[in-house]
Parts: sequence; structure tokens; C-alpha cells
Amino acid sequence: MQKQAQQLLDWVDARFPLTFLWESQWGKYVAPKNFNFWYIFGSLAMLVLVIQIVTGIFLVMHYKPDASLNAAGVPVAFASVEYIMRDVPGGWIIRYLHSTGASAFFVVVYLHMFRGLMYGSYRKPRELVWLFGVAIFLCLMAEAFFGYLLPWGQMSFWGAQVIVNLFGAIPLIGEPLSIMIRGDYVVSDATLNRFFSFHVIAIPLVLIGLVAAHLTALHEVGSNNPDGVEIKKQPKDANGIPLDGIYSHPYYTIKDIFGAVVFLFVFAAVVFFMPEGGGYFLEFNNFIPADPLKTPPHIAPVWYFTPYYSILRATTSDFMLWLGIFVLVVGGLSVFSLRHQLAKLAAAGVTAVLLVAFYFLDAKFWGVVLMGVSVLLFALLPWLDRSPVKSIRYKGGLYKGILAVFVVCFVVLGYLGILPPTPVGTIVSQICSILYLGFFAFMPWYTAMDKTQPEPERVTWQ
Amino acid sequence: MSDAKLDATSEHTGCACSLDASRRNLIAATAAVGGAAGLGAAVPFVASFTPSERAKAAGAPVEVDIGGMQPGELKTVEWRGKPVWILRRTPEMLASLKKTDDLVADPESLRSDQPAYVKGEARAIKDEYLVCVGICTHLGCSPTAKMALGSESGISDSWQGGFLCPCHGSLFDLAGRVYKSMPAPDNLPVPPHTYLSDTRLLIGEDGKEA
Repeated sequence: MQKQAQQLLDWVDARFPLTFLWESQWGKYVAPKNFNFWYIFGSLAMLVLVIQIVTGIFLVMHYKPDASLNAAGVPVAFASVEYIMRDVPGGWIIRYLHSTGASAFFVVVYLHMFRGLMYGSYRKPRELVWLFGVAIFLCLMAEAFFGYLLPWGQMSFWGAQVIVNLFGAIPLIGEPLSIMIRGDYVVSDATLNRFFSFHVIAIPLVLIGLVAAHLTALHEVGSNNPDGVEIKKQPKDANGIPLDGIYSHPYYTIKDIFGAVVFLFVFAAVVFFMPEGGGYFLEFNNFIPADPLKTPPHIAPVWYFTPYYSILRATTSDFMLWLGIFVLVVGGLSVFSLRHQLAKLAAAGVTAVLLVAFYFLDAKFWGVVLMGVSVLLFALLPWLDRSPVKSIRYKGGLYKGILAVFVVCFVVLGYLGILPPTPVGTIVSQICSILYLGFFAFMPWYTAMDKTQPEPERVTWQ
Repeated sequence: MSDAKLDATSEHTGCACSLDASRRNLIAATAAVGGAAGLGAAVPFVASFTPSERAKAAGAPVEVDIGGMQPGELKTVEWRGKPVWILRRTPEMLASLKKTDDLVADPESLRSDQPAYVKGEARAIKDEYLVCVGICTHLGCSPTAKMALGSESGISDSWQGGFLCPCHGSLFDLAGRVYKSMPAPDNLPVPPHTYLSDTRLLIGEDGKEA
């Protein structure tokens, strides 16, 4: 029997690189042996992706992207979600798996990104792994946003209204652009249908491609680890494995399965006992059908968008002065620190252009820009971090303190984004927004100043 | 990639042939024509993103009966899928506009979207009736009426009545004028409208623009 199986495998391998793919991508992929708890979120993100795709396929079988009203006066799309929840056998659990999966995706991805921040996983030679990751994060945000319109509830409708109008803030092309995104002058049936198309096919295709690129790039350069030690530079044993390397299979297969089991316990607990997540996973106002004439008294995006929503809200015309000072400081520091004359000139030019543009363009436009920039800044990390070491274990108190402030600001921004706007909340979110931006903007200086300890030759491992 | 594979591919592509200019031109021409065809093929797909003929046609004017409106009453009607407010203002409400003159960003509505026949602080054909699109100029939420005065409103002790956008907190006075330093840049737009009679209002058409 075993002989026949081997023959079959040989037959396939002669025609398709099955064994090669398995061994290079997982089976014989050599990873550092000191992975800790934080290294579980990558494989969990993969698990959640599979959950979302499978549940999504089944939801599409019953869902109807149609904004017209049915005989009972309820939008067809909204009614079809209720139909899935009440009349389709097993429909409720499939839908709750999908809606909980959306929040779980962001929980897992935010933790995965924080792992990268702590251990310097974005540093050379993993820049492309990181950039593919940032692109995945953007796709995920788009996917979540498009998907959120589909139940056609009040939050779906007004959330989409606000986000599509963000594009309207772009000078000159903004208005025609937002009309093109909606396919109408208001969020309507045309918008619902195209968002459905993006959500079920366009974005998932790109997402899967990017995940493949992320993993291929990772398996090409090799994984980072909590010590930031490059195991590929270590002496190798008889099998060509670095001193601190082990095969992913079976070692990390077992670890990942264990992690998946723990995750699924928590996930199932949410799906069965609190699928609405206290109004954070499924917002209560979204149980009301979309009404284009009435915005709910308090609208807030789902929790995973609120840090960026807060930054958007914080950008008022008062804030522009502070932003101007911030840009002036960063620009001045750059001009002072850069070595090449041309680079100095460029930095001074960009600063001047920004300051002039701050004066002439609306705060509304800058709110949108700042929101986008605060997501995209992650992409620059590989080139902003000047520390001689990768991992937080060997970084100094300065970096640790600043990272802690950044995390606190992110959480505070997220919390404030859930609440209705208040004068105090606005000031706090303005302070947090500046600190958030500062984490990135001042990174080249504070990481260079930070008193680090030397990285060890071998990973720390008991 | 394994070494064996590299060897396999170099057999086919490893030639160091001399440059053939005519072939290179052919490649450039093929790429140019192919690129142009690709751009052309994109046209219908991009065009399909723009509003359909049906969406463009759905913009008919709306006729409203304002005869039964009480002083201080706010009525919402749908025009082009958007809420349009009609507010019958009391003399006190109109007087409050003088007090908010200094507090609003664009008191004369110079940069705001409104027809030429609506001028001044009242922003109306008949001062008593405010007609405006109830969509915040920031990001398109529909503001909520906050008619309670002063501290009762929960906004400020000197609140004169007006509208609060629930999304990002922009405040508007009783003429739809935005307060200073708010996320919303402009006053609420006033749609083209005309009075067919004392009690009948037509929104979406004023007979003055073709």
C-alpha cells in the first residue's frame, strides 16, 4: 500500500511540483525554534480567512443584494438577511460565524501586526513580507467596509454614506469620484450591487493573491523571531539546518493546531453566547432597515475602524495649526539631519508645500488624508527604524516607552471613536492623533538615540 | 528554485544573440498597440461605474403642501433620494439668526451652495420658511434638529436652536449655517425651489435655470 502511495506521489511530482511546494512552504521550512505565543496569529488569520470564505459562499446562496422594498415595505436585502437568520436551516449559525469572523479577523490581524512591531519583523530582509502584509491589511479594511453595507441596515447605509463621501473631499475630482463609487447621486441599489460584487469576488481574489505573496516572501527570507536573531547566518548542522532552526512540520504544525483549538473555543463562545458582541460586532442600529432620510442619533463604525475614524474626526480647522507645527518640526528636523544637499532641499520643499496646502485646503480634506496616511505609515516602518537591533528585548527604555504610548493612543482613539463627539473627546483624540503620527515621524531619530543591548549569537530558549 | 530547474531554463533562454533593431521596434509597436487596445477595452468597464440612465432620470421635482405647517414645525420630504427640510420659523427663530451671525463660519453664505435668489442670513425666498437639504456638508449624514434652547439642549448654555450632525458633531443654526471650526466646511445647501402658491412649494425646480 505504502509503495503504491509513493508511486502515485512520484507520478504527480513528475508532472506537478507537489512535494517541492509542500516542503518549501511548510514541511521542510526551517523556522527559529524560539517562537512564542505571539507567533500564533499568522496561522490564525489564515484560519479565519478560510472560515470567512466558506461561510461567505453559503451566505451568498440565500442573500439578495436588492435595495427595493418588498410587499411588506422592507428592503429586499435586509429581509433576505432576516430570512437567513430565521428561515434558512442552519442559516443563523453560518451568518454569526461570518459576522463574528469579521471581528475576529481584525483582532487576530492587529495582534499579528503588533507582534511585528515588537520584534522588528518588518526590518531587512523582510521589507516585502511587511509590504504585502500592509496591502493585506488595506484589502481587509476594504472587504469589511464593502461587506458591512450588505445587510442594508441603518448603520450599513450611513456608514457607507460617510465613507464614500470621504472621497468627495478630494479637490476637483472628489465629487465625480464619489458619484462613480456609488453609481448614483446617493447610496442606492446601484451602490449595494457593486459593493456586493467587490465583497464576494474582487477583493477576495486580490486578498488570496496577496496572502500567497506574503507567505512566499516569508518562506523565501525566513521567519524572524522574538530575539531578532538571523538564524540563516548561524552555522549549519549535517542536514543544512541552522543551529537554532527546526522544521515547521511537525513542530509548528502541532503548535498551530493547539493555537487553533484555543482560538476556536473563544470564537465558538462568542458565536453561541454573544454573537452581537455587546453591539460592537453587530451594531444595534443595524437591526433597523436603511432609511435614507434619517441618520441614527449616534453613528459609529464597527470597533476595528474606530481608531482611524477618531483621527478623521479629530481633524478640525483648529487642529490644522497643531498639524502645521508638527509638520514644521518634522520637516525642520529632516532638513537638519539629512546629509545630501538635494535631500535637504526636497524635505524643505515638501514641508513648505504641505504648510501652504494646509492653509488653502479644508480641514475636511486633511481629515481624510490623515486617516489614509495613518494606515499607510505602517508601510514605511522598514525604512524609518534605525535601531541596530530588531527585537524589543534588546531595545532601550526610550523605544519601549514610545511603543507603549503608541499602543495606548491607538486604544484611546479606538475607544473615543465609538463614543459620540464631545469637546473633551475631540481634544484628547487630537493629542492622541499627533502622538500616533509622531510614533512614525520621529522614529528615525528616537530609534537611533535609543540605548540598545547587543543581540546575542543564539536565540534565547529553554 | 532548484539548480536542476535553473539549468533546464538556461538551455532555452541562455543565448546571447546580437540585438536585432527591427525586431525590437516590432516589440515596441506591438506593446504600444496592445496597450492602446487594453485602454480601449477598459472604457466600457469604467463607464459602467457611472450613474445609469435610470439613476439620472430619477430626479423629478417634488411638490409639497406647506399649508398645515405650525410655526416651529419641521417637515422632511425626499428629493433625489435626499432629505429636504422645510422649517417654518417663528419670529424668535428668525431673530436668533442675528445672534448667530458672529458664530457661523459663512454668515452671508458666500461660499455655500444655494440659488442666487436666496440671500442674507435667512437664506430663504420667504423668511418664514427655510428650505434646505438635510445632508451635512462634511460627510453626508443627516443632522438632527436640536430645538431646545440653552443648557436644555445639552450643547451649550447659549444654544439658539438649530441642528447637530450626529456623525462628527457639526452644528448648524436655524438657517442651516455651519458654526465656526466645525468639521463641515459649508452651510447646508439650499435646493432650487419655488412657490406655486402660498401653500404649495415645488422643490427641485425654480423655472429660473434651464
